[in-house]
Amino acid sequence: MTTQLETRNAKLETDLRELAQDIVQQAMAGGATAAECVVREGDEFSTLVRLGQVETLKESGSKAIGIRVFNGKRAASTYSSDFSRSGLDRMVKSALELAKITSEDPYAGIPDASQLGSLTGDLDLYHADVYSLPGEERINYARRTEKAALDYDPRIKNSEGGSFDAATGHKVLANSHGFVGEYRRSYCSIAAVPIAQAEDGKMQRDYWFSVSRRLGKLESPEEVGKIAAQRTLRRLGARKVKTTQVPVVFDQMIAPSILDHIFEGVNGDSIYRGASFLAGKLGQKIAGDQITVIDDGTMPGGFGTSPFDGEGIPTRRTVVIENGVLKSYLLNTYTAKKLGLQTTANAARGLAGTPGIGPGNYFLQPGGKTPQQIIAGISDGLYVTEFLGHGVNLVTGDYSRGASGLWISGGELTYPVEEITVGGNLKEMFFNISEIGNDLEFRGAIACPTIRIDGLTVGGE
Amino acid sequence: MDKTRFFFEHYGLTERDLERYLAAALSAGGEYADLYFEYLSSTSLMVDESMVKSASQGISAGCGVRVIAGERTGYAYTDDLAPERILHAARTAALIASGPAKTPSVGFQQKAARSLYPVTLPSVDAEITAKVELVMRADAAARAFDPRIKEVRASYADELRNILVVGSDGTYAEDTQPLARMNVGCIAKTDGNSARGNSGGGGRVALDFFFGEKTPEFFARESARQAILQLDAREAPAGEMEVVLGPGWPGVLLHEAVGHGLEADFNRKHTSAFAGLIGKRVASEKCTVVDNGTMPWRRGSLNVDDEGQPTQNTVLIEKGILKGYLSDKLSSRLMGVADTGNGRRESYEHIPMPRMTNTYMLSGEDAPEDIIRSVKRGVYAVNFGGGQVDITNGKFVFSASEAYLIEDGQITAPIKGATLIGNGPDVLTRVSMVGNDLKLDEGVGTCGKDGQSVPVGVGIPTIKVDRLTVGGTARKDAGSFMQ
Repeated sequence: MTTQLETRNAKLETDLRELAQDIVQQAMAGGATAAECVVREGDEFSTLVRLGQVETLKESGSKAIGIRVFNGKRAASTYSSDFSRSGLDRMVKSALELAKITSEDPYAGIPDASQLGSLTGDLDLYHADVYSLPGEERINYARRTEKAALDYDPRIKNSEGGSFDAATGHKVLANSHGFVGEYRRSYCSIAAVPIAQAEDGKMQRDYWFSVSRRLGKLESPEEVGKIAAQRTLRRLGARKVKTTQVPVVFDQMIAPSILDHIFEGVNGDSIYRGASFLAGKLGQKIAGDQITVIDDGTMPGGFGTSPFDGEGIPTRRTVVIENGVLKSYLLNTYTAKKLGLQTTANAARGLAGTPGIGPGNYFLQPGGKTPQQIIAGISDGLYVTEFLGHGVNLVTGDYSRGASGLWISGGELTYPVEEITVGGNLKEMFFNISEIGNDLEFRGAIACPTIRIDGLTVGGE
Repeated sequence: MDKTRFFFEHYGLTERDLERYLAAALSAGGEYADLYFEYLSSTSLMVDESMVKSASQGISAGCGVRVIAGERTGYAYTDDLAPERILHAARTAALIASGPAKTPSVGFQQKAARSLYPVTLPSVDAEITAKVELVMRADAAARAFDPRIKEVRASYADELRNILVVGSDGTYAEDTQPLARMNVGCIAKTDGNSARGNSGGGGRVALDFFFGEKTPEFFARESARQAILQLDAREAPAGEMEVVLGPGWPGVLLHEAVGHGLEADFNRKHTSAFAGLIGKRVASEKCTVVDNGTMPWRRGSLNVDDEGQPTQNTVLIEKGILKGYLSDKLSSRLMGVADTGNGRRESYEHIPMPRMTNTYMLSGEDAPEDIIRSVKRGVYAVNFGGGQVDITNGKFVFSASEAYLIEDGQITAPIKGATLIGNGPDVLTRVSMVGNDLKLDEGVGTCGKDGQSVPVGVGIPTIKVDRLTVGGTARKDAGSFMQ
């Protein structure tokens, strides 16, 4: 054993690659037939300013390691935050022991060596400037964001605060085919959560934020605070409406949730178990003609971008739905084998457990209309700005969620509404997306323009 | 193995060290500092397609240092318990203050501790093969329930958490917290029709819990029963109607409608719809709601909270009148109210804040059969997924996973899961009947707040809510419920 494993210091960067490979070797030497090791290291900073005063200040770093071992067709995994020699030894030993009691699964295993690799070139995922501001300046960003919201209107007298967050991460993956890959990511954001109070004392809260991998690309605190204030104010005076069936428009922040249901529905894990109503529908029409959904893990700077997936396979661009036809599920090695298909490099690996499936940058291709044009085409309808709760059943497609938003009357946004529900079934909803906006913006890995869906039931009075 | 003094034995920690760390935390001033040491070992297993496809074990350990100066909190943590790392974290947290150093009080006082979940053989030490047997039994029982059960996923997870909390006011608390849980998910299939069911439970218990009344077969059959039932479920109605909630897990209503809104931090900041309502009526006279962290063996219970404060049985609403909030150290200091022992955190990486423990409504006097009989047209909901709340405008939801129509006082057809939505500060004023059959949930609750998850319990007797909006898809037509 090298003495480097005993050292915990600033040179951990080089050590992580060697450490991951050493652990893989240790597992193989201990009797594993295949092994995979993930090491994660990261740091974070966050501050919350409320009513102009610093409320919290948090700063720290952490690291952890996990290993997945195979004993023929039996798999097991362990993880640890203990990087001492004894801690690492115990982690490897436990994994080897556990792999004796799991079942033989004919589909278990790591990818073939020929599939492994990493995208080359700068994917624009890491910028040190997220930590470039001195502490007081970071606090000032948070303060300015909140102040812009508080100053916007006298009805905004309270706030849950303005925040500034920054984080970086470093991930290393090594396996027994000799694959070693690593990448770093950075992240920063500002947000404001203002509270408005109407004359009758009733309060409403909303938020707005800006997020980026680099400080320089954050929207200005003043702009973020202003939009947060506007969104909060437009909720004042919200009322219930009568139960009815009307067109429903999902705004740009809410529409990604619909797309996320599609993601969950085409997730290989749900498909092979028949736990999704889209199981067995490859090649069939599952949505309207104008629906094209892409998953792309290669977009530079994207929130869902990485040079390789959780199993060490280079990410790619996959057309999931093309003109309404289901072209591809999203898969990892295991689910691909179960379905007799090829992996789409969507493996998502935490520290422990079997790899799941995660999105790259996942989006609905935009249409031609502006959100205003979509709204203008509706004489009576609902514009949803927030959902409450999760009532979605991927097995049956049943959909029922609490909502709030604005009522559409005569092609315009009018009074705010709350304490209502939106109900339907995803099987029909995907066919009833009748309008798609041109406002595709990425504020996370999943993005969707404003969309209009017909045939839904609004539950109210 | 005696679990007290865990960190002293495992890491060579001494009281002198603790004093040094606290002094470093207060080196720039501040009113209070604490250290939270945590050592967490976990195991999880999953059976799918009748195979134990995955088994996983892990260790996570670290220390979080908090400094409070006025209303401000500084926080830093380390997963490396070497003295220089903890000191570094302490000095980082100290940056929240900016004044002359304060001295921590001398000596630590450990308060008399409860023992709500003594575990002689903690689950994590028990043979892994015994746990494998549990999930295999669940798989077999679910499949045996009905040939239409085609997919079964059964899981088992347990953890043992050792904590040590020390504060600059002399707080000293240790605890060893077991947690175990089984879960069974089933999918039933017929031609062109599929449905799912889910059941699980556990608590701060050892493995033998699952050999008693709540066996793998118990959860498996319940999960399979739900899946089969859902095959014939009709569309749920949409709109306002009478809703009867069954006992147990439907207590999610309380967690969402009032629980979060009564956490002290929201009320101190006046961001909760319940702010300023102490002493006012927020529920019918039949409603008394408590948050009780002192129940033996329960998932939501704790001997001490994560700030070292003994937990309590706190009355939140008494015969409909709001009595108090759930507080932590910071809230009680800033609001001048008693600390109810509800300061919790997800892990050493997180700042504590007021959280619930076991939140439930006391039994009333009505017979459950009478409650059903009193409903002309409504919904009877007995099982739920989860819920969510906007504590500022008070709107909350919870999603039914098993529900039935009530027509002319009779339970009739099963309906598909629908989300129920209401307004926290007044929904309980419309509770007109409270049954005599209080039950707590089986031990499956996880509460999320501000990005932090903690295990919780909920409970309720059968109750009738006179008016609640049901988010189905079937329109109510005059004269008949469903076409």
